Amino acid sequence: MTPSTPTIVEAGALLRSGEVTAISLLEGVLEVAHRTEAMLHAYLTIDREGAVEAAVAADTELAAGHDRGPLHGIPVALKDNMCTRGLETTASSQILSGYLPPYDATVVRRLREAGAVIVGKTNLDEFAMGSSTENSAYGATYNPWDIGRVPGGSSGGSAAAVAAGSAITGLGSDTGGSIRQPAALSGIVGLKPTYGTVSRYGLIAFASSLDQIGPLSRTVDDAALTLEAIWGHDPLDATSYPGEYPDLRADMTTGVSGLKVGVVSELAGEGYEPDVEAAVAAMVERLAGEGAAVVEVSLPSFEIALSAYYLIAPAEASANLARFDGIRYGLRVPGDTTESLMARTRAEGFGPEVTRRILLGTYGLSAGYYEAFYGQAQRVRAAIRQDLARVYHDVDVLVSPTSPTVAFEAGARVADPLAMYLSDICTIPSNLAGDPAISVPIGLDGRGLPIGFQVMAPALGERTLFRVAAEVERLAGFTARPEIELVAS
Amino acid sequence: MPVEIDIAHVARLARLDLTQDELAAYQGQLGVILEHAARVQTLEGKPEVESTHTLGLENVYRDDEVTPSLDREEVLAAAPETRDGYFVVPPALES
Repeated sequence: MTPSTPTIVEAGALLRSGEVTAISLLEGVLEVAHRTEAMLHAYLTIDREGAVEAAVAADTELAAGHDRGPLHGIPVALKDNMCTRGLETTASSQILSGYLPPYDATVVRRLREAGAVIVGKTNLDEFAMGSSTENSAYGATYNPWDIGRVPGGSSGGSAAAVAAGSAITGLGSDTGGSIRQPAALSGIVGLKPTYGTVSRYGLIAFASSLDQIGPLSRTVDDAALTLEAIWGHDPLDATSYPGEYPDLRADMTTGVSGLKVGVVSELAGEGYEPDVEAAVAAMVERLAGEGAAVVEVSLPSFEIALSAYYLIAPAEASANLARFDGIRYGLRVPGDTTESLMARTRAEGFGPEVTRRILLGTYGLSAGYYEAFYGQAQRVRAAIRQDLARVYHDVDVLVSPTSPTVAFEAGARVADPLAMYLSDICTIPSNLAGDPAISVPIGLDGRGLPIGFQVMAPALGERTLFRVAAEVERLAGFTARPEIELVAS
Repeated sequence: MPVEIDIAHVARLARLDLTQDELAAYQGQLGVILEHAARVQTLEGKPEVESTHTLGLENVYRDDEVTPSLDREEVLAAAPETRDGYFVVPPALES
């Protein structure tokens, strides 16, 4: 059967007309979770008690005429790398097993203030390092469209939960594509906003110059509503943007007539599945049919973006993850000296992919190699920005597949880190640039697996990004839902 | 371009107490990844590296005012070992 969980927009209308309550919405998603979790494992923790309390409060307030807005009473899934006060937060790592944060992340605080109901914490690749949600110390998550396949990653738990209907909307974090790629592989909408627009306070850091929190939602409208609830300046994040924020909704019904759309020639060809390329090309043609001017553009630096990313992100990770030392929180493996305690704790607490990236980053920053690797990677990053600035003179947005392939089989890339890294080849440039990008589902391939279409815009270009995304969604008319065989309740 | 890696030295810098077998396995994997990553050296030209912040934000300061911080008991409750309001660690210096 197909779960009947409503979207935010649908649920909001039902709530305000009195046809449902926040409690019944919560019961609905918990029922779906109860009947799908044994197969999907989207959640690490379901906070039934906290969620019921929040839902009761939401109903009481609404009955008293206190409406907190679109997310009031909406059940939300949170990736387990966002701190929730008193609720276990592990980042899918053994090193944080049992960790109860003493504070809420800013996005969590904002969700609570918006009246949202936090259902629980979703699975991810350990410390958000991965593209399949298989690198979790607590077991893999599977794709609701085919439980023999991965949901993408690293925000695969939130993606699977929203796709299956065990949450209405969700949050993920995107360092190299970790929101957009799982959204594409799970048939939902995923957005990485402009760097600096969503506070990283309380997000367990992976690579601080790249990390950005954003929504995983069923529709473009829902993604906009979720983003509006969480973004905005936050003095607790020194990289938070203090200026004017774009109006997401201003052009969402304007269409694309007169817009210039650039098709990135580097994000096609070898390694891209024919069904993915065909679906993307067909959508580009339909955009042209609606009056968009389509041109092919070349950004040569995109060819080496992946290489730069796999130097910069691990370098920052090796510094960020130095804090996990067995002293102030988390796992401790005893040792005779402070150094042996730290080294033993870290060897035991980190999984293989995290260990690999810490070693990679430490190497790239070490004396004698810094300039050839990290220094040069930063120059590639600058070149990507220059290339983008050049093409954005001529086009309003760029488009590409979100990922070269649809959801791959579980286990297929685990033994080959480089093959796994190639899943992110289309999404990484926006992280290195700090620009916003969104993935919208546009159809299914021959095997019935979802295909994502990526739209990229310049920094703070969310208004145009949502204009194009809304039109892509309308043209695609993608309403398919995964057929999940639910276990008996 | 083959990449030279003194993996034991790197693991020591990263404070990771790995076995010989693990070190050998990671050395091989890092070699493959770094060979791919070394493509950054094919970049033509030498663009100037400016702020990594896309919106060009630089240092941010706040007013020097005392504000409430995290609850001490709650913070210490997460630690593996504490005593009298302190974190406990093994001796850092030889006695």
